[in-house]
Amino acid sequence: MNGSITAISGSTVRTDLPGLKLYERVLVGHRRLTGEVVRLEAGRAVIHIYEDPHGLAVGEPVAGLDRQLTVDLGPGMLGRMYDGLQRPLQILEKLDGPFLRSGTVVTALDLEASWEASVAVNEGDRVGQHDCIAGVEEGQIVHRVRVPAGVEGRVGRLAASPLKLGEPFCLLDDGRALYLHHAWPVRVPRPFKRKLPPSRPVVTGQRVIDFLFPVARGGAVVIPGGFGAGKTILLQTIAKFADVDVVIYAGCGERGNEMSELIEDFRKMTDRAGARPLVERTVLVVNTSNMPVAAREASIYTAVTMGEYFRDLGLDVLLLADSLSRWAEALREISSSLEEMPGEEGYPTYLASRLAAFVERAGEVETLCGDRGSLTMILSASPPGEDFTEPVTQALLRTTGGLLMLDSSLAHARHFPAINWSLSYSVYDRELLPHFSEAAGEAWGRLRAFCRDILRREETLREIVEIVGMEGLQDADRLLMMTAEEIRDRFLGQNVFSDDAYSSPAHTLAAIDRIFARHQAVSDRLGGEQSLAEIIEELDKSGQAGNGRKRKEEP
Amino acid sequence: MRLSTHIYRSIGSISGQLLFVRNVRQARIGEIVTVVAPDGGRLAGEVLQISERDVLVQLYGDTQGLDGLRTRVEFSDAVSTAPLSPEVIGRVFSGSFQPLDGLPAFLPEKWAPISGKPINPVARDVPHQFIETGISAIDVLNSLVRGQKLPVFSGSGLPTKELVGGILRHARLAEGGEFVVIFVALGLTFTEYAYYMDTLQRTESDFIGFINMAGDPVMERLLAPRFALTVAEYLAYEHGKNVLAVITDVTNYCDALREISNAREELPGRRGYPGYMYSDLASLFERAGRVRGLPGSVTILPVVNMPEDDITHPIPDLTGYITEGQIVLHRGLHRRDLFPPVDVLPSLSRLMQKGIGAGRTREDHRQLANLLYKNYARGRELKKLEAIIGRDGMSERDLLGLDFAAAFEEEFIHQGEASRSIGKSLDLGWSLLRRFGLDAGLGPPVQEKLGEEPSA
Repeated sequence: MNGSITAISGSTVRTDLPGLKLYERVLVGHRRLTGEVVRLEAGRAVIHIYEDPHGLAVGEPVAGLDRQLTVDLGPGMLGRMYDGLQRPLQILEKLDGPFLRSGTVVTALDLEASWEASVAVNEGDRVGQHDCIAGVEEGQIVHRVRVPAGVEGRVGRLAASPLKLGEPFCLLDDGRALYLHHAWPVRVPRPFKRKLPPSRPVVTGQRVIDFLFPVARGGAVVIPGGFGAGKTILLQTIAKFADVDVVIYAGCGERGNEMSELIEDFRKMTDRAGARPLVERTVLVVNTSNMPVAAREASIYTAVTMGEYFRDLGLDVLLLADSLSRWAEALREISSSLEEMPGEEGYPTYLASRLAAFVERAGEVETLCGDRGSLTMILSASPPGEDFTEPVTQALLRTTGGLLMLDSSLAHARHFPAINWSLSYSVYDRELLPHFSEAAGEAWGRLRAFCRDILRREETLREIVEIVGMEGLQDADRLLMMTAEEIRDRFLGQNVFSDDAYSSPAHTLAAIDRIFARHQAVSDRLGGEQSLAEIIEELDKSGQAGNGRKRKEEP
Repeated sequence: MRLSTHIYRSIGSISGQLLFVRNVRQARIGEIVTVVAPDGGRLAGEVLQISERDVLVQLYGDTQGLDGLRTRVEFSDAVSTAPLSPEVIGRVFSGSFQPLDGLPAFLPEKWAPISGKPINPVARDVPHQFIETGISAIDVLNSLVRGQKLPVFSGSGLPTKELVGGILRHARLAEGGEFVVIFVALGLTFTEYAYYMDTLQRTESDFIGFINMAGDPVMERLLAPRFALTVAEYLAYEHGKNVLAVITDVTNYCDALREISNAREELPGRRGYPGYMYSDLASLFERAGRVRGLPGSVTILPVVNMPEDDITHPIPDLTGYITEGQIVLHRGLHRRDLFPPVDVLPSLSRLMQKGIGAGRTREDHRQLANLLYKNYARGRELKKLEAIIGRDGMSERDLLGLDFAAAFEEEFIHQGEASRSIGKSLDLGWSLLRRFGLDAGLGPPVQEKLGEEPSA
């Protein structure tokens, strides 16, 4: 069937092509720009174009592809940088040079590549849906290739390893072909058997997060912060150190230089075990702020679908998205170009439900094949004017289980990570306590209570200090202020450009234990003849505090 | 490509700078049109929207005198492009790329669309080459590197043009070589214009001007930076130049964007600015950068005038989310006659870490910057305390911190018109810290070379 463009308004195009389905992918114009059907009207379809529409004319052809926006899933994704539509940017650079052009068509995976595979079935075997029929090793990850849902039959012919990605490796006797890779529509969550409650943490190596506001495997956490509060650096640090198998980093409407810096760093850095460069466990989905807005909207779905694929391989996956506010703005732009009725601050009224549906794709699950895999989300938000009451931040707070609020006053004082300890929270801390107690030491819970208590009391005392000064406080309160300062400067603060960038749970516990021991030692002697200053001097001299301060060796 | 120009006289309606033309065949989105008024005056415009019935054209100028019957609309079949040639260097143009210097138009070597193409993030080279601006507050604490986009956040009445002028006069590439300065004036007053032109003419470096004065057409404020950056990319990536684009004032740009968005009856966002302002500003600022394997660079220094000194106003707010840091000016410092009045606490350079240290500036640079920040931030905290309890109620240690902050502002931040080399700025920082005993026992490796004892 033929159809053509009948009207254009910005990135929104109307066409008279009949037979299109909602959310079908289409190619628009002579340059074959990628678009998506967003609305069907009588005899007309409304298409949103994912690329720069400049120069598009009325009358140019439109063709439907009879499938939704999909991503291609299989070996060869790790270490690659994709745009929001899963076009490999490294390949685009080879084809088009340093600048992005519209309309270049490339496959997401290298279909010419051959992979060593261990095929688990023999010719003549009966196979049914979800059966694992082959394994492909990619670095430390094994892609288990399974029979798609609803397919069963007898294995007719098997190809010999190495297997070419673009060719079928297994033919069933009814003629159906099975490939090492498959496509999945990005807006449809991948199925699993059941979701599991949070019980294990993602260790980030950041003391303030692991100790005070831990992130659960399968959990979702939001990091809102104004510009310069260190959002991106924090996300990148977590991407470096988190103890997961795969990291999907979605740069959604952010800076291009940061992305090139990230990939350059990840090439040089190895994981905690020192076994492999970080880039080999990372997939980047990048739609910088100057790349087309509509593809930015799609980019987080592209990212989460890839994350779900790795989860279904029985792996622990971390999805970092920076930033959801830019995604919401893209949604708003598309919505307003469709002339939909605006809700709060011009965002469409379905903002909250779309966000909730997206965040709900996080979780630790038992996969269809009985494995255990998890997809954890750490999402940043960029509230305009640091107004945390704005719709995107608020919608995210309702759907996520943790808030790591970045505070620009901390950032201005160069306290990093600038996570505000009195306003942040994590609903996972109770569930994760047994894990930390076992992994790091049973004092974890007790010391956390101590730490929180000191910080909370400091806040109240601070108001008094502002009126009477430190000199006007009693010794016990001054000690508390000193301990709080120690906690803030030496425990919560962590310099990513130093050796201290990563702190294991054991190391974290030892650090807070030292502060606690000293606080206790001084506190025990208060109330006698000696002044606070004298006690501290004496302790320093006798070396008692020194014992407490002795660094525990990293396990 | 059509073989002939399409000319229409079927104007449906004219409202402000928007023109509806009926029964147009094969119009393109973003196509450039020329409107010829009955008196022969010509006006450029761009196709905004195409529906089954008519085409909506945005005009780039004064629409007085147009009528519905005799006005002619010529469709060019091409999107907006800029003529490019190395001969642009040394010339001054209007916001729509017409010569203002009385010289004839140059012969273009090629044409390129002014909206530009995004740099493939994979092809970007991480900026790391230090630019010495001669200003301690920038060089030591918020270092600028080639290919960065670093705005100046200012307020009315603050000495912005003196600061930017100082950077233009003294900016030096650490590896040597000269900048080509592209000066983009958006809605500038004559006083500012005269100051900048005088500064530029007295510097040695090559420059190109794109000038839109306060009284010039508003639409040109949206075009001028796009022409300028298209020229910048051409000079950088095809002729290997290091380009420094100064765009002043972004606030005027955003107001023009709001005005035109409003005329198009688009949904207003925060403070009436359109919801796509972030993407629009990003389409300018993201054009800064370096491309792997190519010698040139585009560095962008936008100036933002913060209305009411409010950093949360949508313009500085969105700018800050896009740019790689910001240099924030402070009214309190200016009142005390300190120049440049840079408030280093909210200021930031995100790319600094890659541009400093051994082999780039000096090995002790990072350490010094951290110490200065820490102590100055503490001093500023203590200042609040001082306002409540007075000096008498403060401990010895607190007084020291307080005095350090004052000395830091008066001796380190303040430098008047003079320019300081990076080495000199770093030494000054250490000697200040040492005077107050705040150097934490860390010293610069060049301490002996200085040959002077820090005064107690």
